Amino acid sequence: MPRELEARRDADGRRSAPERPLVEAYDLFCHYPVATPLVQRLAQRGENRVVKAVDGVGFTIRRGETFALVGESGCGKSTIARMAVGLQRPTGGSFRFDGEEVAGRRRDGRIQIVFQDPARSLDPRWRVRRIIAEPMRASGARDRAAMRRRVDALLDMVGLTSADGDRYPHEFSGGQRQRISIARALADEPDFVVCDEPTSALDVSVQAQILNLMQDLQRRMGLTYLFISHDLAVVSQVADTVGVMYLGRLVETGPAEALFETPVHPYTRMLLSAVPSMDDARPANEGPPVRGEVASPIDPPAGCAFHPRCPMADDRCRRERPDLPVYADDRRRAAACHHAEPPAPAPPRGLARPGEA
Amino acid sequence: MSAASPLLELIDLRVEIATRHGILVPVEGVSLRIDEGEILGVVGESGAGKSMLGSAIVGLLDPGIRVAGGEIRLDGERIDGLPAAALRRIRGRRIGSIYQDPLTALDPLYPIGAQIVETIRTHLPVTADEARRRAVALLDEVGIPAPERRFACLPHELSGGMRQRVVIALALCTEPRLIIADEPTTALDVSIQAQIIDLMTRLRRERGTAFLLVSHDMGVIARAADRVAVMYSGRLAEVGPVRRVIDRPAHPYTACLMRTIPRIARRRDRLDQIEGAMPRLDAVPPGCAFHPRCPSAEARCRVDRPEPEVLPDGAGAAACWRAPGPAASVTASPAEAGAAVAARRPTVARHA
Repeated sequence: MPRELEARRDADGRRSAPERPLVEAYDLFCHYPVATPLVQRLAQRGENRVVKAVDGVGFTIRRGETFALVGESGCGKSTIARMAVGLQRPTGGSFRFDGEEVAGRRRDGRIQIVFQDPARSLDPRWRVRRIIAEPMRASGARDRAAMRRRVDALLDMVGLTSADGDRYPHEFSGGQRQRISIARALADEPDFVVCDEPTSALDVSVQAQILNLMQDLQRRMGLTYLFISHDLAVVSQVADTVGVMYLGRLVETGPAEALFETPVHPYTRMLLSAVPSMDDARPANEGPPVRGEVASPIDPPAGCAFHPRCPMADDRCRRERPDLPVYADDRRRAAACHHAEPPAPAPPRGLARPGEA
Repeated sequence: MSAASPLLELIDLRVEIATRHGILVPVEGVSLRIDEGEILGVVGESGAGKSMLGSAIVGLLDPGIRVAGGEIRLDGERIDGLPAAALRRIRGRRIGSIYQDPLTALDPLYPIGAQIVETIRTHLPVTADEARRRAVALLDEVGIPAPERRFACLPHELSGGMRQRVVIALALCTEPRLIIADEPTTALDVSIQAQIIDLMTRLRRERGTAFLLVSHDMGVIARAADRVAVMYSGRLAEVGPVRRVIDRPAHPYTACLMRTIPRIARRRDRLDQIEGAMPRLDAVPPGCAFHPRCPSAEARCRVDRPEPEVLPDGAGAAACWRAPGPAASVTASPAEAGAAVAARRPTVARHA
């Protein structure tokens, strides 16, 4: 953790306009204890087992930018989303917002979240108007006329009408409900919005509407997003910077464009080749062939957690866990792989300074 | 291949749901064919009627929903409206099914091997030993490591991808020539999805099994299917070879849909979006159901409903007045054209 802090300071020192990132995650851990069946506990007498949901993750997000975490189920991305809004306390490391630890922070509405399933994250017995006003009420707003005006403005902002405010969530389609979730998230003028699979439950034509809306709002209000998704195409559309997760750890990070064009980590390459593309009928898979399944986070493989599925794995990978190299600038690319070539051929456009290691 | 009679043929299929407020029509006027060893994709957004189509074929529509018109033919023989016992012999024996969630397709209390053996012995006259031998061979064929050992596993002891392989083994165990696969990879991670797609295409190649592959994911269809049918609001918008439909869509809905799909490493400033949403079943607009959202809708589209017409190059069909083909070659004014079409097909006006 301190290494990264120092690295950041170095980088700030060299940048022309030093600015502290709005969101900083340093060496985050989240280990959940596993309830072992009694018989096994008696038989083994071993120590309690833990699920290493998040196992040493670090990243930063600058104001007004979008950082996306992508990975398959069980990689820990949603746990990080929960830590980002203070719904889950990290068991190690630190998650800071505007320099303050999120875990003990007073809730003031500056951090909000949009969940995957709008049907389950909106109270079915409340009218939309009350749902959207709730964050304002929670942070102490009492002026009802002002709140009403604000809700009208928010409804308009997300493409709904003032009359929609008097209806109930079940009267809306999935896409419209997600618009309500977004209006609620924006009610208290947040700086940072965590989006946990916000379009995964939606049809593609509606997904495009919601992604466009989120991008428009980001530009207008200078929002900072932590975007969680399993969908690489969606991430490629919305993210400035991407972190690829595997079994609780970041395996590769970098600017979205460069990372998707020249993936370095074998896992990223495998993911990209696994996504069925419309561009070519049955392409001769360019990346390594897809094999195996994600191992259990209770008992991850030794060394590099990806080694049992990796075509490049050797003895060192089975023994020694590769770390994500410390990187001085969060827009630089990094891959936690013993075999990773420096991502040389296509340097991130206009962002990285060659020679800065 | 097209000269041979199709394995499965749907002719002007219509499905109705009886509700307190009247009859809803989730599938209407759908005509499709699947040839031996072909993978036909059916794509559409939620509520387009694609799953209903699959359920209608295997005769598993929920109570209150029925095939109200048209025909379903398997090997030339009508199978819609058969008595339940006859349908049960077709399901499992001649048509297999794979559903989205493998957990609901498997009995949680029986070992997976026993479930396959039971299905084999229900449909085929084989001994218990022979059934067991076949079940193990099948588990091996669908890519389950150490099948002898997994034979006694309960479904919950397997991962999601392994469970879906078991469901596929179950669908295959009576060697049906057609499998209805309804969103078979939607609940799976992409790396597992790729393996399941590969498995389906391999089974097609090695066994000549045909698939009706229902999916909302155009990428899955592109990788797996030979032809694709695009559904909108219960009807076929267009059908054709998968590359042609993706590269040169003939229906504006398909064209719009393709442009809304984000693609990896092809970031655009904004995604194209289709305004609005697909109409609810109780509020399908007159004329072409897509016209309120269509960028090229004209007067005729608001009044008359286009039927799928064969495209000039024979590469499928599209239900659009503006699509190239016989419908577009009508050179009269829109009103006259509408009248002419209405005369040609007297059953046009269904929606008051």
